[in-house]
Amino acid sequence: MRWVNFDGKSAGRPAIVAFAALLTLAALADFLVAHHPHFGLDGTFGFAAWFGFAGCVVFVALARLVAAILRRPDGAYDS
Amino acid sequence: MTASVLVQPALVLIVGGLLLPLLKGRLRGALIVIAPLVALALAWQVPDGEALRISYLGFALTPVRGDALSRLFAVTFAAMAFAGGVFALNQKRSVELAAAYCYAGSAIGAAFAGDLITLFIFWEAMAIASTLIVWSAGTTARGAGMRYAIIHLLGGVLLMAGIAGEIAASGTTAFQPLALDSVPRWLILSAFLLNAGTPPLSAWLPDAYPEASWSGMVFLSAFTTKAAIYVLIRGFAGTELLIPVGLFMACYGIVYAALENDMRRLLAYSLVNQIGFMIVGIGIGTEMALNGAATHAVASVFYQALLIMTAGAVLFVTGKRRFTDIGGLARTMPLTAACCVVGALSIASFPLASGFISKTMISEAAGQEGLAIVWYLLAAASAGVVLHAGMRYPWLAFFGKEQTPPSTDPPWSMRIAMLLLAALSIGIGVAPQYLYALLPYPVDYTPYTGAHVVFYVQLLLFAALAFVLMRRWLPPAEAITLDIDWLYRRLGPAVAAAGLRAADRISGRIAESARQAASASVKAIEALHGPGGILARTWPTGRMAFWATVMLGAYLILFYL
Repeated sequence: MRWVNFDGKSAGRPAIVAFAALLTLAALADFLVAHHPHFGLDGTFGFAAWFGFAGCVVFVALARLVAAILRRPDGAYDS
Repeated sequence: MTASVLVQPALVLIVGGLLLPLLKGRLRGALIVIAPLVALALAWQVPDGEALRISYLGFALTPVRGDALSRLFAVTFAAMAFAGGVFALNQKRSVELAAAYCYAGSAIGAAFAGDLITLFIFWEAMAIASTLIVWSAGTTARGAGMRYAIIHLLGGVLLMAGIAGEIAASGTTAFQPLALDSVPRWLILSAFLLNAGTPPLSAWLPDAYPEASWSGMVFLSAFTTKAAIYVLIRGFAGTELLIPVGLFMACYGIVYAALENDMRRLLAYSLVNQIGFMIVGIGIGTEMALNGAATHAVASVFYQALLIMTAGAVLFVTGKRRFTDIGGLARTMPLTAACCVVGALSIASFPLASGFISKTMISEAAGQEGLAIVWYLLAAASAGVVLHAGMRYPWLAFFGKEQTPPSTDPPWSMRIAMLLLAALSIGIGVAPQYLYALLPYPVDYTPYTGAHVVFYVQLLLFAALAFVLMRRWLPPAEAITLDIDWLYRRLGPAVAAAGLRAADRISGRIAESARQAASASVKAIEALHGPGGILARTWPTGRMAFWATVMLGAYLILFYL
């Protein structure tokens, strides 16, 4: 399980299992409530789940792009 | 309620602040605790309508005008001054707290200002007091404080020009809703937006705020930007331009905060991100959107201050503020870590925390108005909060890999302040009806429906998953990300220096050619008159006699012709 590697130390199977269970429950909770979509896309199953995830992916990508162009070493303003 | 006010609530804090440096020990502590509470009680009791009128320089001024919106903000400011005052009880620098109370008082004064002139006076008082707070942190804050002061003086000039033009055009000093149809009104809007931390003049916020002391930044985060939100609600509700502006701020705040290595700069960018949500609400301009913007401003004053207090506690105890220097502090600072988690849940709008009952109102208003793009972007920006204060900050500071400098939870006064704001953030989240009752418009919104709760739990949990999986791409590193302030910190000075060099070269060249021309003429004169020059030579008498004879002969011939 290298992909959930808590900064060099394994978070341990229980933590990963608990988090995965929580995510599954949250996604399945869509069956329990009646959403009132304002538009089309937000009525799809698990919309908030995939949209939240995708939103973060886009923001991370944007941040990497900004970093590639505008990142400078600490103290760039001091010299 | 009384029909008029006896004391302007702002004056209590301003006079209290001015007295603070004169006091010591228990008396000082008592004033710090009591002054904001008195101001709070007075602000609560300001009646609807114009409560105080005076005439000054031929203008009718209304220093105190009450309604639900102004009371809500004034009470929030007074409560925040109390929490910040308790947090700063053991701050040794006496200037800072004195300035902070004048600053909070001025914010209250701005909230009650019924006319533009009173508003301008309190606006400028806030700028001066907040600059003093930045400067009181010591020599390291000198440059940032100067840049902060210059930007806010520019804002003051814009506001002054706008107000003068507005009064000349409309003939009234009253502070009313302003349609964007004249140059003065554009100037007023740009001055308000400058204080709200809106790009392009936004970089003053992450530049100056983190340089204040561990307690100073708590005050700074609460008043300038939220007073700007208040005046925007009052003056520019429904101005559509504000929707794209707010959306940009929300996204820009996320991107920059996600890259930050300095926890206090991260929180400063998260402040910009949250203000973006409010500005979108003001731009939408429906009753629900304005209620949402006002509630979110109140909720965010408290949770943002809470988060900044936890970072201030870490700075106070360890002297460190960069993620590359800290980590795993939850072990040694459990109470601070717990308060940080409460603040993080609140800013992320997790159910039962304060952000949930405020931010969702703005999204709902966008949905009801059929603004699809706005609604989707607000949802994405809500998820993006986990990339900064929602998860990245607590993770890197308190739960990440351990590299703890010696640390414990901070002294009791700081702990009490953090607990107070944590309780307030949870209280607002659990029982929103009390806050809703204070809003300017009747509230027709139920935050705790099954659909809302499931939506935000899903959104935030899967955003958290995204953060956990991708945090390697946002590692803390000893680097900064250039912002707009690069224009006036690097490009501007570079251009000025290049201009000076060019001017130097040109003036040097002019001087050189003038010198050459001068020396050439000196040489020419020297050739004629110098020693050995034709006009300075001693001529033999014989030649003189010869030439005199020639002249006389010529004269004789001319005479006869």
